[in-house]
Amino acid sequence: MLIRSSAAIAAACLISAAAGAQSAKPTDPQIAHIAYTAGQIDIDAAKQAQAKTTNKDVRTFADDMVRDHSAVNQQALDLVKKLGVTPEDNDTSRALSKQATEERATLAKLSGPAFDKAYVKNEVAYHKTVNGALASTLIPSASNPELKGLLGTGLKIFQGHQEHAEHLAAELK
Amino acid sequence: MLAAGWCTARAETLPVTINGLVFAPVEIHAKVGDIINWINQDFVAHAATARGGEWDVMIAPHQSTSLKLNRAGRIDFYCRFHPNMRGTIVIAPE
Repeated sequence: MLIRSSAAIAAACLISAAAGAQSAKPTDPQIAHIAYTAGQIDIDAAKQAQAKTTNKDVRTFADDMVRDHSAVNQQALDLVKKLGVTPEDNDTSRALSKQATEERATLAKLSGPAFDKAYVKNEVAYHKTVNGALASTLIPSASNPELKGLLGTGLKIFQGHQEHAEHLAAELK
Repeated sequence: MLAAGWCTARAETLPVTINGLVFAPVEIHAKVGDIINWINQDFVAHAATARGGEWDVMIAPHQSTSLKLNRAGRIDFYCRFHPNMRGTIVIAPE
């Protein structure tokens, strides 16, 4: 229930990126900040899983998340530096970070298979939400073609993560 | 005739590039003894993992890895890090 509601909050946060947007779509500096924040949230979640899980497949998945999201975020940092863009904090990024902190606190209370299931279930929901926001709002709103391109590659990577997490969730049942 | 036969059966190295999370070509035609050279042009690591588990190679970002094909058959493979990446190798007998 908690997980379901937090995924819903994350969805609301990201959709607000579009809604904030009823008058003006998010700017490239805001999009860069949201995308970087969303990646960092998943790295932090994975680091929590690395510290808590004893399940080999869950650990492998968490390792993959740290490696891939770190690589994407490094590309993002390199790109904003090259473009001379300063990522701009915004309500969507702040809401995502707040929700993620709450989610980590919830997961911190769990252990063993209960933690594994909750972590992986949240990874499915979180990637689904982020991928939806990328496809519907962030990519279409991005002005710079290189930023748009990186977000597009990121989406393919994260769709892979979602599928991986879905397989893992099915195995943990 | 025999010599020509030997010639055509000579092992080859077949490049398969990975760019933007896509294997190209997505269907590879090879024969036993050939070597697949997996070339990862992406900034994230990928894997080429046979669906039946008979091989699993990891390809670091901007690196390449080779794999020798030892058995004839049709093998579906995927990237175990990004299972939305898929391909097939059709391997003819030597």
